[in-house]
Amino acid sequence: MNRPPLASELNLCLCHSCGMACDMTDQPHECERCGAPLHARKPDSLTRTWAYLLASLVFYIPANLLPVMNTSLFGNGSDSTIMSGVLEFWAHGAWDIALIIFIASIAVPGIKFVALSLLLITVQRGSFWARKERSRLYRFVELIGYWSMLDVIVVALVAALVKFQALGDIEPRPGILFFGLVVVFTMLSAMSFDPRLIWDNERDRALQNPQDEEPMDEVPSH
Amino acid sequence: MATTAPLIICEHCDCVYEKVTLAKHQKALCTRCGGVLARYNGLSVQQRLALSFTAAVLWTFANFYPVMSISLKGMRNSATLWDSVVALSQGPITFIALVAAISIIIAPMFQLLLLIWVLSFALTSRRSPGFKLCMRWLETLRPWSMLEVCLLGAMVAVFKLAGLLDVLPGIGMFALALLSLLLIRIAGRDVRDLWDTL
Repeated sequence: MNRPPLASELNLCLCHSCGMACDMTDQPHECERCGAPLHARKPDSLTRTWAYLLASLVFYIPANLLPVMNTSLFGNGSDSTIMSGVLEFWAHGAWDIALIIFIASIAVPGIKFVALSLLLITVQRGSFWARKERSRLYRFVELIGYWSMLDVIVVALVAALVKFQALGDIEPRPGILFFGLVVVFTMLSAMSFDPRLIWDNERDRALQNPQDEEPMDEVPSH
Repeated sequence: MATTAPLIICEHCDCVYEKVTLAKHQKALCTRCGGVLARYNGLSVQQRLALSFTAAVLWTFANFYPVMSISLKGMRNSATLWDSVVALSQGPITFIALVAAISIIIAPMFQLLLLIWVLSFALTSRRSPGFKLCMRWLETLRPWSMLEVCLLGAMVAVFKLAGLLDVLPGIGMFALALLSLLLIRIAGRDVRDLWDTL
């Protein structure tokens, strides 16, 4: 396969802050143009991604089990979780709103858990399987990252609006804190993952057996 | 070092390419991983600065006018973005109020301030004082600025309450809609071009 030269082969390093191709011959620690720290790969990428991912997975449990808000109208108070909010919209026939909340609050974090774990495991195994598709998967995870904040905003606005003491009152509940933490930690997790690791196995193999310069594009992993 | 300037490195797979000039609607893709290397940047410094000022005005509207108001049995209430952050800050969940404040108020505000600062100097082809720091902060803030999510959240909140009581979207909501669209356009990655032109 004919591929362009790699930054490591030309002794270059990408600055993540300003996008400059930095010359690494003098081994600078900072980008000479913008002063941001330079790393050939994000430091401890796999460990950090796993750590943030597991933390958010732990927070995902109380985020879904604990109530996110309490609605009291005319003296009748009731707690609602994220899922009960979705079901309520569904039961009232507002399937479109129910779908939006379901995708943003339950499906997006779920997809991120699965996608990031898949990326982490395949990278750790040095897999050659579907590397282009996995690159695309990572970009998708980055793109959908923050949409789960939706429910936090909804609860905040609704709680700020409905403040009529005895007549009606809506208050946030601890579930929303855990929910926000899930969003923040999955975002940190996606940011610490270095997508270049997906492609590094090609270079590593070329280093191990130099006569085998051109590895085949699609080699099934074992 | 001038020799390394016209190269771009794909951030998704480390391939190195020479920079090409792009025409309208064109974007450069990495041949190996398919990631976007560069997009056509259609905004001049003047245009971007003008849009930044527009966005700053919209930001004040979005923050000082209520996003929506409700009425129940003759009682009325309205909420601004700040009110909703305060609503979260009560009780043991204060931390999430901080996250919300950063993502819907503080991050967009700093993005706009930094853009106006950097671009006003760029107008006369100069680097502003603290240019490096400002540009790096623009990069850092970008993922945490979530106005488009806030907009969708406000709309969902309208529908959520519409079943219980009367809801009226306010000026803040319309400002929020325009502001979130503008921010996507002006605070995107193509701000990085300033590094090359200044």
